[in-house]
Amino acid sequence: MNTYVADLHIHTVLSPCGDLEMSPGNIVEKAAEKGLDIIAVTDHNHCGHARLSRELGAGLGIWVVYGAEINTREEVHCLTFFDTDEQLSIFQQELERNYVKIPNDTSLFGHQIIVDEQEQIVEEIKHSLYPGLKWSIGEAAEVVHKLGGLFVPAHVDRAGNGLFSQLGILPEDLEADAVEIWRRTTREAAKNEYPELKQYTLIQNSDAHFLEDIGRSGNRYTMKARNFNELRMALRGEKGRTVLEL
Amino acid sequence: MTTEEIVRELELKIFTGGELASRELSGGYVSDLLSDVMGHAKEGEVWITLQSHANVVAIASLKELAAILLVKGIEPDGAVVEKAREEGVTILGTNEDTYTITGKLFLLLNKE
Repeated sequence: MNTYVADLHIHTVLSPCGDLEMSPGNIVEKAAEKGLDIIAVTDHNHCGHARLSRELGAGLGIWVVYGAEINTREEVHCLTFFDTDEQLSIFQQELERNYVKIPNDTSLFGHQIIVDEQEQIVEEIKHSLYPGLKWSIGEAAEVVHKLGGLFVPAHVDRAGNGLFSQLGILPEDLEADAVEIWRRTTREAAKNEYPELKQYTLIQNSDAHFLEDIGRSGNRYTMKARNFNELRMALRGEKGRTVLEL
Repeated sequence: MTTEEIVRELELKIFTGGELASRELSGGYVSDLLSDVMGHAKEGEVWITLQSHANVVAIASLKELAAILLVKGIEPDGAVVEKAREEGVTILGTNEDTYTITGKLFLLLNKE
């Protein structure tokens, strides 16, 4: 088994709240500087920077997991992770069908920009990526799992947009591969407050919107190699794969 | 005033729990954050919300609320209806938005 340090919740400039410095190139450079082995680029409701981030990360020895931080109809934020280009494309198409399209007011919410390797703007997403999708949390988990992806409710114990603030209690039928807790707490504190979390692997990430925040939280993943199957086993606590606190 | 009476006066739909409608109401509570409802709603109140996740049933049961009132024409899905029947939770509906229906309910419950 090997140990990899991972931060699986990072926003790029594509997220309305992501700093303008958060280009895929800058993010992977900072991740390398911080000694991260694995990162995930998880913009709000959009996967537009996943591929470029993976390409650029590979050059620096970092494995970039595809993903997005989606916002469900109940306004619960959930991390979604994918393995292949095909899964990513299909998931983005599914997102397109499930947006509640409200124009993005850049003066209030910030820009939603996709850039290329030279940091030139390739596309600006015109509708706000902020509102909840049409999916309920259960429907979203089903779509993600059907595609072979991973579903991890984000910062469940945070006061805003966490599972507990929005839904009060853990849904009985929730299909989660792991659960993210807020970076400022500890596993012990989270389990004390919400004993029902004991059934899940609890992960922590930076939720970085600014370069300097990358790697401020994360976990050590014990797995045989850096690939999606290993990540799935680690998150699900299977076959000796584990996720440890930093 | 009972659930039955507000259903009649405000022309509400009954999704579940019509048989429980003779229950006396103690008031109302308005919130879409379920954690807030868990903390602050009181027994016998009508809970006005746009959230239709199955957890609304669990929370209405836990807090012994008189009914959940879904706004803007939102309908509970089959699994939610089934759970509400099991738990003995009343789910009502209206096409009006939260502001309008809350105002009407407030006037109704507070008239002499």
